[in-house]
Amino acid sequence: MPVKISDKIRMMTGNEACAEGAIAAGCLFFGGYPITPSSEIAEYLSRRFPIIGGKFIQMEDEIGAMGSVIGAALTGMKAMTATSGPGFSLKQENIGYASMAEVPCVIIDVQRGGPSTGMPTLPAQMDVQQARWGTHGDRGVIALTASSAQETFEQTIHAFNLAERYMTPVVLLIDEITGHTTEKVTLPDYDSIERVDRKRPTEPPETYLPYKYTDDCIPTLAPFGTGYRYNVTGLCHNETGFPTNDPKEIERLILRLTEKIVKNRHEIINCKRTMLDDAEIAIFAYGSVARSARQAVLQLREEGIKAGLLEPTVLWPFPSEIVLKIAEQVDSFLVAEMNLGQMAREVELASKCKASIHRLNRVDGSPISPPQIVGKIKEVV
Amino acid sequence: MFDYLPYIREWNFPHIWCSGCGDGIVLKALIRATDGLGIHRDEAVMVSGIGCSSRTPGYVDVNTLHTTHGRALAFATGVKHASPNLNVIVVTGDGDATAIGGNHYIHAARRNIDITVLLYNNYIYGMTGGQVSPTTRKGDRASTAPFGSIEPPFNISGLAKAAGASFVARGDVYNVKKLEKLIKLAIQKKGFSLLEILSPCPTAWGRRNKMGHPVQLMEWLRDSTVSMEKWEKMTDEEREGKIRTGVLHDVARPEFTDEYAKLVKRLKAEK
Repeated sequence: MPVKISDKIRMMTGNEACAEGAIAAGCLFFGGYPITPSSEIAEYLSRRFPIIGGKFIQMEDEIGAMGSVIGAALTGMKAMTATSGPGFSLKQENIGYASMAEVPCVIIDVQRGGPSTGMPTLPAQMDVQQARWGTHGDRGVIALTASSAQETFEQTIHAFNLAERYMTPVVLLIDEITGHTTEKVTLPDYDSIERVDRKRPTEPPETYLPYKYTDDCIPTLAPFGTGYRYNVTGLCHNETGFPTNDPKEIERLILRLTEKIVKNRHEIINCKRTMLDDAEIAIFAYGSVARSARQAVLQLREEGIKAGLLEPTVLWPFPSEIVLKIAEQVDSFLVAEMNLGQMAREVELASKCKASIHRLNRVDGSPISPPQIVGKIKEVV
Repeated sequence: MFDYLPYIREWNFPHIWCSGCGDGIVLKALIRATDGLGIHRDEAVMVSGIGCSSRTPGYVDVNTLHTTHGRALAFATGVKHASPNLNVIVVTGDGDATAIGGNHYIHAARRNIDITVLLYNNYIYGMTGGQVSPTTRKGDRASTAPFGSIEPPFNISGLAKAAGASFVARGDVYNVKKLEKLIKLAIQKKGFSLLEILSPCPTAWGRRNKMGHPVQLMEWLRDSTVSMEKWEKMTDEEREGKIRTGVLHDVARPEFTDEYAKLVKRLKAEK
């Protein structure tokens, strides 16, 4: 459990910071299933929720956990689950359902190595493409990342806000290092936290259309039990929420599921920049690797090498325009990640051959260290 | 004459079920039962999975949630736990609830969460064209058991009872008055209530097993179902090939959302 240092300062792990962030965001439902290295999130909330008016349930499996979260969210509650690679795989069908039915919810993935059971207690970043393409079908996706306990606290709140704003499941990808590292977290005044709540219908039930086409592409789903009786389905549906086979209606729906994210990408995308203004080589890193990269940039600068860091805190939608702009400025990119180049592919695509792309990959369950990044950059410069 | 119109979504008709299917009979019995209980439509949530039976909620004017294959009980658990004041009814089938959704089925029963489950047993995967299901009888033909099923079927009511359901009953689409009564009892019962409803599929099951005509299936239900009272008086020999209908199991057990509320209260008192 977190250690209280002062009124606002705690020593806590990333997983504890995530659970506390969920409480700060107004989340009141957790449906989960035990899996390393994410279980502390469930444990924390199982202690807190019965005291603060929330609902906790440990479901019989990962799939059921995701289902329970969607059910709870439809009653108007902010709801979440937490898992790791194997569980994230199992949840994919229901995550797709949440995308299709446009049910806001948050999925925390504390990444470990894979495929399969892989490395339960060791870090990896091997789920970043699964977050994008894990479920079948085309849809827009929002996935965030965080590199510290403090950032995990903040990004968990942000994940709920984005879910409620865009009526979609939002994934927060951290990794075992961030999840299990104990460090300082400064808690804000909870009354001052900006919380987004989903739109509520203003029209009477007689004229209400849950999936009405609007300019912002975002539907208004009334919580169950509030007098707006409508249908929710994973089948292709029209504005009423009932299944349709009309090709025009189907196309409109599928395009909208992507467009509501793509059109609003400038509001969603966020990158941290470190010494990029005059950089000749840019490091692209996220999650716990970004921490090593920050250190590496400082050391390289001391040695006279003009390095900078681009650190996306939102992986999906991918910051293509930002990457291209930097690619036009620098000579090369180094994409450092704990997988075999899952985001390097995106950097390559986005940079349109304006800069050379180098990769630093690690898949042995060990973190990428600052000297490793420094060494790799000296090799390629 | 009972007026169904206030309860249905007329614009969604005609329904998708084949002629001769019993699912429409269940739909009507369900509407009469909920009307009889005075359930407020705004506070009722019908949750279903995938399959023929799972299309039922789309026709009923309540809050309706058509989920993924096998997962209706998981979604319904979230709804009920989040909002215990809502009346949650799950509509599912033999494949949906006891094959792909088997884990949720036994654990919802174990928790004894206050959900009413109407499980239509049509002995087959109907919507996908007649593949063998967990309730297909040994020897019956199916599109994936062309030489007859070699597996024993599930006793799905027995499974719910063993897993901890506080109410287990079986009805059928021939004995309609009785079905309506059983639906009422299942909804009224606090805790996990399982009502297995025999609604044999004429198109995909009957046709392959020399019972293709819906009238034949109705006659089969008439002749093979026996009430609990009758069953008790029958010898083992007489019970051969017969199916018990009625309330099979009815006990009082602590219910999940009540237990959670008790926990909250206890923690408040300890504070």
